Amino acid sequence: MFESLSQKLELAFKKLRGQGRITPQNVEESLREVRRALLEADVNYRVAKQFIDSVQVRAVGQEVLSSVTPGQQIIKIIFDEMVQLLGNTRADIATASNPPTVILVAGLQGSGKTTFSAKLALHLKSKGRLPLLVAADVHRPAAIDQLETLGQQIEIPVYADRGAGAVKIAGDAVAFARKNIRDTIIVDTAGRLHVDEEMMREVEAVKAVLAPHEILFVVDSMTGQDAVTTAKAFHDRLNYDGIVLTKLDGDSRGGAALSIRAVVEKPIKFVGIGEKLDALEPFYPDRIASRILGMGDIVTLVEKAHQQIDVEKATRLEEKLRKSQFTFDDFLDQLREIRKMGPLSQIASMIPGLNRLPANAELDERGLVRVEAIIQSMTREERQRPAMINGSRRRRIALGSGTTVKDVSRLLKQFEEMQRMMKRLSKGNVRRTMQQMRFPTN
Amino acid sequence: MGFLDAVAKFRSGLARTRDSLMARVQQLAATHTRIDDETLEQLEEILLGADVGPATTTEILRRLKERARTEGFDSSDRLSELLKDEVARLLHVDGEPAPLPILPTSQRPLVIMVVGVNGVGKTTTIGKLAWQYRQAGKRVVIGAADTFRAAAKEQLDIWAQRAGAEIAGQSQSADPASVAFEALNTGVAHDADVVIVDTAGRLHTKLNLMEELKKIRRVMDKRLPGAPHEVLLVLDATTGQNGLQQVRMFTDAVQVTGLVLTKLDGTAKGGIVIAVSHDLGIPVRFIGVGEAIDDLQPFDRRAFIDALFDQSPSGGSSE
Repeated sequence: MFESLSQKLELAFKKLRGQGRITPQNVEESLREVRRALLEADVNYRVAKQFIDSVQVRAVGQEVLSSVTPGQQIIKIIFDEMVQLLGNTRADIATASNPPTVILVAGLQGSGKTTFSAKLALHLKSKGRLPLLVAADVHRPAAIDQLETLGQQIEIPVYADRGAGAVKIAGDAVAFARKNIRDTIIVDTAGRLHVDEEMMREVEAVKAVLAPHEILFVVDSMTGQDAVTTAKAFHDRLNYDGIVLTKLDGDSRGGAALSIRAVVEKPIKFVGIGEKLDALEPFYPDRIASRILGMGDIVTLVEKAHQQIDVEKATRLEEKLRKSQFTFDDFLDQLREIRKMGPLSQIASMIPGLNRLPANAELDERGLVRVEAIIQSMTREERQRPAMINGSRRRRIALGSGTTVKDVSRLLKQFEEMQRMMKRLSKGNVRRTMQQMRFPTN
Repeated sequence: MGFLDAVAKFRSGLARTRDSLMARVQQLAATHTRIDDETLEQLEEILLGADVGPATTTEILRRLKERARTEGFDSSDRLSELLKDEVARLLHVDGEPAPLPILPTSQRPLVIMVVGVNGVGKTTTIGKLAWQYRQAGKRVVIGAADTFRAAAKEQLDIWAQRAGAEIAGQSQSADPASVAFEALNTGVAHDADVVIVDTAGRLHTKLNLMEELKKIRRVMDKRLPGAPHEVLLVLDATTGQNGLQQVRMFTDAVQVTGLVLTKLDGTAKGGIVIAVSHDLGIPVRFIGVGEAIDDLQPFDRRAFIDALFDQSPSGGSSE
C-alpha cells in the first residue's frame, strides 16, 4: 500500500523543525514528496509538474513560513488548489428546449460506455424523464444484446437495428424517439482508439447526424499517463461537453481525473462506483482530491459500509442485541461483514486518523483470520454460551484453531467486554454503534 | 501468418510506444551530450510518461547513474543502449519466447483460466487465444463462466464461432463455478486439447467476487487435479500504477501464472509491465496489438525490448 502523503510530509517537516528554520528550499523538498504521490496516483507527469509549480508559488509565501504546522498548511494549499483544478461547481447535463434531448456517449474500448449508458438512463428515468437507449455499437460482438438485456433490467426501451450502420441507426433513432414520445435519447457508441482514423470518422458522422445536446466522454479511472492523449484526441474530434469517470469503486487513486481536467476544460459530470445499475454518482471534486493525495476518504468508507452491510442481517442483529442474545455466531457474522468491505489496510487508509498508526498495529489482517479460526473451533453450544468454555475446552479450541490458550482467553475476555457494552446499548441506534465499535483483532 | 508478418505486426502494434519512447530518448541523446542531472531528469520524464511508474523509474535511473560512474563514462552516446540493458534486466529476459502451452496427450486437456478487471478485453483475448490453438490444430472448448455481464455469453459465442471452438456453459445467471466444472466435463468428454475458461470482470477490491474466483479455481482443481494449469490475468495497456495492485490481488487470490497485455495498438506505452515484472516477477505471456482475430501474439521479451528500442530503419521512429 502507498504510504500516505500526509505522513511523509509530516515526517519531512519534523526534520525541518529540528533545524529550526523553514526555507524555500525545504518547501521544495517536501513538494518532491507531493510530486511522487501524484505520479503514483497516475497524474500525468507534465500535469504534476505544472501543478507543483503553481503550488510552490503559493507555498513559499508567508502563510506557510509563519504557520505552526507547516505540513498541514501545505496540504491544505495543495488540496484547495486541486479541488479548484478539478472544478468547483456541479455541472448538469443539458436538456433540449425542444425534445428529445440527445446524448452521445463515446470513449475507448472497455471504459464502460454501455454500463454507463444504462445507468444514466435509469438515473434520468428516476427523475421523471422518458429515456430511450440506442445501440449504435455495431462493431463489438453482442454489444447490442448487452444493451438490450440492460434495457430490460431497468425497463427502458432500446432502439436497435441489426445490420444497419451506426450513422443510420443514430438518425433513425431520433425519428423513433419522436414517434414514441421519448424525451431523451442516449446513444451508446462502439469503443474506439483515438488513433483509429476510420472509427473516429464514424463517430464524427454519428455526431453530425444526431446534433447532440450533450456529448459525454467515458474514461476508466485506472488509466495511466495516456489519459491526457486520449482525452485530448477525443476532444479535438468531438468537442465533448463532459467527462464520466468509471470504476471508481476500485482502489485506483484516480489521478487521470486531474490530468484530463488539466488538458481539457470540461467538467467531470458523473462517476461510476459499482456494477449495479444504480451505482452512478455526481462528481465531488473534494473526494477525488483526497483520494489522489492519499489523504483518506471517510465519506467513501461510510458509503462502502452502507453498501456492503446486509441491512436485513443488521436488523436481525439489532433485535438480538436488544434482547442481549449476542453470541459468537453473530460476532462471526459481523466480522465477515467488515471483511467484505475490503482488506483492512485499505479500509484503514480511508480513515484519516488511522493512517497514522504504525503499520500492523491493531490492523493485522491475520489477527482477524485468527479470531475467525478460534470461533470456528468452538462447538455450537460454546458459541451460544461462552461462559461454559473452561480450561480444557480452551486447550481444545486453541489446538483446533492453531492458536494458543492465551489467544483464546484474550478473545473470550474481549467478547465478554463487548457483551457488557452491548447490554448498555439496549436503546438508541444500535446499528450505528456497531459500526463505530472496535473489534478485537488480537 | 508467416513469421515476418508476425514481426511486422508486432512492430506496427508497438510503433506508437516506440515512436514516443525511443524517438524521445534519441532526441535527448542528440541534444544532451553528457549524462548529467538534466539528462537524467529528462529521461525520468520519458519513463514516467510511459507508465513505468515512479519507483521503477527511480531504480532505473539509479542504476544508470551508477554504471556511468563505475564504468567511467559520461557521454550520452550509450544512453539508449544502457536503457535497453536496464529494462531487459528488469524484464528478466531469458532466451526464447514461450510457445503456446500444451499438455501431453495422456494428461490433456490443458486448462486455462482467464481473469481480470472489467473492460480489459478478457473475452476478446479468449477468442484470439482459441483461434491460435485452432490454427495449431488443437481441439478447443471454451467455458462461458462470465455469468454476470449482460450478453457476455453471446459475445463469447460469436468469438468461439469465428475461432472454430466449442462452447460449454448454460444460460445467464447460472453459477460460474458450475459452468467451469461443466466446461471441464465437456473438455474431457470431447477429448479436447485445451479448455479456456472465461470469468466475469471484477475489480480486485471486491472481496466477495474474489472469493467467487477462488471457488471457481477450487472447483476446477477438484474436477481435474492440477487444473487450471495456467491462470492468465488480462491487463489493459492503458492502465497506470493500479496495474500493480491488480496483479498483486489477483495473484493472491488465484495464483496468476502469466499476463496478457491488451490494447497495445493505442498510444499507451504498457510501461506498467516493466514495473510488474520488476516488482512481482510474473511473466507476460501474450500481447494484443489489434482488433482482428490474429492480433494476439506470444510475448517475446527480447522482441518487446528490441521493438521498444530498435533504431533500424524498419522499426525506426516516425520523425
